[in-house]
Amino acid sequence: MQRHLISAADLTRDDAVLILDTAEEMARVADRPIKKLPTLRGRTIVNLFFEDSTRTRISFEAAEKRLSADVINFTAKGSSVSKGESLKDTAQTLEAMGVDAVVIRHGASGAPYRLANSGWIDAAVINAGDGTHQHPTQALLDAFTMRRRLVGRDAGLGQDLSGKRITIVGDVLHSRVARSNVDLLHTLGAEVTLVAPPTLVPVGVETWPCEVAYDLDGTLAKSDAVMMLRVQRERMNAAFFPTEREYSRRYGLDGDRMARMPEHAIVMHPGPMVRGMEITAEVADSDRCTVVEQVANGVSIRMAVLYLLLGGNEPAVSHTRIEEK
Amino acid sequence: MDKQDTSDMGASDARPVLEGPDIARVLTRIAHEIVERAKGADDVVLLGIPTRGVHLAQRLAAKLEEITDRKIPVGSLDITMYRDDLRMHPPRALARTEIPGDGLDGRLVVLVDDVLFSGRTIRAALDALNDIGRPRAVQLAVLVDRGHRELPIRADYVGKNLPTSLRETVKVQLAEEDGRDTVLLGVKQTQ
Repeated sequence: MQRHLISAADLTRDDAVLILDTAEEMARVADRPIKKLPTLRGRTIVNLFFEDSTRTRISFEAAEKRLSADVINFTAKGSSVSKGESLKDTAQTLEAMGVDAVVIRHGASGAPYRLANSGWIDAAVINAGDGTHQHPTQALLDAFTMRRRLVGRDAGLGQDLSGKRITIVGDVLHSRVARSNVDLLHTLGAEVTLVAPPTLVPVGVETWPCEVAYDLDGTLAKSDAVMMLRVQRERMNAAFFPTEREYSRRYGLDGDRMARMPEHAIVMHPGPMVRGMEITAEVADSDRCTVVEQVANGVSIRMAVLYLLLGGNEPAVSHTRIEEK
Repeated sequence: MDKQDTSDMGASDARPVLEGPDIARVLTRIAHEIVERAKGADDVVLLGIPTRGVHLAQRLAAKLEEITDRKIPVGSLDITMYRDDLRMHPPRALARTEIPGDGLDGRLVVLVDDVLFSGRTIRAALDALNDIGRPRAVQLAVLVDRGHRELPIRADYVGKNLPTSLRETVKVQLAEEDGRDTVLLGVKQTQ
């Protein structure tokens, strides 16, 4: 990994484990009465959100503030972008302000890559979701949640997810979460199975490092974690499946299906959940569902990423660990 | 940097200044000094600074328990994120911060480290403590004080004062981490 975090596929196993271990230490800060570290004092981070995402933005903002960075929030709505300003002009404005890092969410796949590699800006670029492409910090927080639940909080330190079987269910076609997770979980040694209606499986999926199945019931019994994806109503303009009820019957997770999963298996969801369609209230509110944990873990993971990218004069990731003394 | 990275120190020119039995002896002495100054070590909490400070804190706690017949809480305090030189080096991997269950409020906290040098690590540790609780008092115990302070910081308990030149390096090895107990004095290799 270079100075940026653009794609989960850029991370090596050691990079990913270092981020997860660092996040474990960051999580301890959240348990303290004063949830603040002076680590990024004097650094300026811009949250550049061209697409609405309250959840991801406040998670990044909380992480940045806990590390004492100066935070600038930029939403495209009502800004010069809506008046036609280009990404290049926005980047150059930020560069002139002396920004140290840009957290970017963009509707176009590849926008963060362009920002990082165009030479418009010198800051570190962190991808907070681009189109249907990648959402690397989401994949990292999912892996962190799995490692905590399936391996253990302390036992997991230094460990990856080898041998764990993860099933990802739903709209894989439009999901950057699914893409990022397949890349990262494969790097961490887990076996991933995607389950979706054939219409919601992307072309070229056979080149991905995972299995594809069309029958949810057949995969449940051998899953250590089942990750439900959101069915985005706004993207269901084409006829991907006959009715919501039909989708729910074949690919929704209810109490009966959850009972068929192994004792230790967990249910995950990147949120926001559409209760009654992809997941029933009974499952969403059960102890095995990690949605709320995932939100808390998101702050720890983003703190770890920001620390590793900005904490020193060069990124720590992909460098050999420096002896403490 | 507070202490010298000794990876550049040639093993051949490093000479031991403290051996295993000496280290055990100075720790026993420090334990007695702590009991004497704290009048019984009732409210003492030992906090080691990773990596080797934590092992020293555990050893000191064992000795304090022998002397006072009381369990002494031990924790560790990672100061990485409070360092003032973060922007001068690549970020380091974080170590463990473990605060004993009863917390630090109103306690006498003894920070434990292996080498006291510029004093910057201890300044960072004081900042870190500030965010964690409000001890009654903070004291500092170190195995070796090698001088060259850059801040007005002084240890309360010193195993050995070791006058050094800046061209020298001090390396503490402990059985838990390195397989043997010794303090090595070497000459910094210039590349």
